[in-house]
Amino acid sequence: MEFSNKYIMGFTLILCLVCALGVSATAVGLKPLQDKNKLLFKQKNVLLAAGAIDEGDSNELVAQLFEQITQVIIERETGKVVEGDPESIDTIKLSKDSSTSEPIPSEFRRTMVKRISHQVLAYEVNIKGLKKIKGLAADHESPDTIECLVIPIRGNGLWGPMFGFIALSPDGKTVRGITYYQHKETPGLGGEVDNPSWKALWPGKVALDDTGKPVISVVKAGAVQNPEFEVDGMSGATITSKSVSNMLHLWLGDAGFGPYLKTKSGAQ
Amino acid sequence: MDNETKEVLKDPMLIKNPITIQVLGICSALAVTTQLKPALVMTAALTAVLVCSNTIISLLRNKIPGSIRIITQLAIIASLVIVADQVLQAFAFDVARSLSVFVGLIITNCIVMGRAEAFAMANPPGKAALDGLANSLGYGLILVTVGAFRELFGSGKLLGHTILERAADGGWYVPNGLMVLAPGAFFLIGFFIWIQRTLTPSLNEEA
Repeated sequence: MEFSNKYIMGFTLILCLVCALGVSATAVGLKPLQDKNKLLFKQKNVLLAAGAIDEGDSNELVAQLFEQITQVIIERETGKVVEGDPESIDTIKLSKDSSTSEPIPSEFRRTMVKRISHQVLAYEVNIKGLKKIKGLAADHESPDTIECLVIPIRGNGLWGPMFGFIALSPDGKTVRGITYYQHKETPGLGGEVDNPSWKALWPGKVALDDTGKPVISVVKAGAVQNPEFEVDGMSGATITSKSVSNMLHLWLGDAGFGPYLKTKSGAQ
Repeated sequence: MDNETKEVLKDPMLIKNPITIQVLGICSALAVTTQLKPALVMTAALTAVLVCSNTIISLLRNKIPGSIRIITQLAIIASLVIVADQVLQAFAFDVARSLSVFVGLIITNCIVMGRAEAFAMANPPGKAALDGLANSLGYGLILVTVGAFRELFGSGKLLGHTILERAADGGWYVPNGLMVLAPGAFFLIGFFIWIQRTLTPSLNEEA
């Protein structure tokens, strides 16, 4: 069958319009549900970093436990907790505005974070009676009380930005756990940041020394010399390993949550 | 049901199976079959896309200009895939994460374009929908079987429930590491092709 050029143009135009309309309608219509899922997933990762739940735990448990977590607004430079509604603060948005943020020190250029907002958010976790909530027996070996600080971290990996959380002991000195909830690293190499056995290397490592300087670092795979603060890197993922190390130094250091952590540890 | 309809339904599952005979859709068959659940969801997503794309393309088959038919099919398929991806992200977030790029890659899945070009362009909508269903079920049949084998022997579980108690958890079963990796799926699919060709000698090419 032969069609005129006019018909072909018209057909293309209508097809594009109909397809675009269908796709946009679905995307807009489902956005609230997707956002809810994303928020829940983020909350789950806070709890995962804190070691309160396992990967397979239900969303109901996540929502229930998350109620026992206080989200605090911190004035980054002084490390003081300030009043306000944490829900109203979008640190990513604030970091883009030059009046509410400042550039990061130049040695952290490679994290591609660029700017950090004056006000930042952290989670103070204080969960009690965990075994009862989970329905476990009183003599079960898992912890009943979890007290820690969960700090958001972000920075560029090999292929794109990585977003995660690191949980620290209440004095901010020891690592309790780490998770990444969004990244684009190569599956099997850099993607191993999601591997439970790699994440299991973290709890107990020293994050900050006595002066409050970040010492925790990820070193070349198999080259750990100071096991108290060095984490074995992922083999085949040098850049991802270095990025993780680098972004921790940024976020736990003076330009990031350093002052806040010092108020917790009492270091000067 | 007349014979022709039966053939349309039955053939893609057996002697015209997209994976074992036409060897299409292998990429996703390797990637999403480490566990049974993603394999089932992937099958559902492909079924939805393939049935809809076949129906729509068949409805438009006399209106689509021959000179732009491939790009037209592609536009329709791509839109349907995005919709499927969005729906999964809204209603099955965890599985959507484990399927990652592979839902999006249904666009490039040769089965979908193949059926549109080879069947939907030449047949009425009802029959085209049936053909889409049969082909995705043929694809799903292999996907689910491979997924079940890999999850059972790779981690001793089925749909997350422990079937074979692993040695690491105090049981007796030592998981087969090969099953967790992509080559495991290659071996399994190879075995299926072998079995099928042994049972149906007419499929074998002249030596």
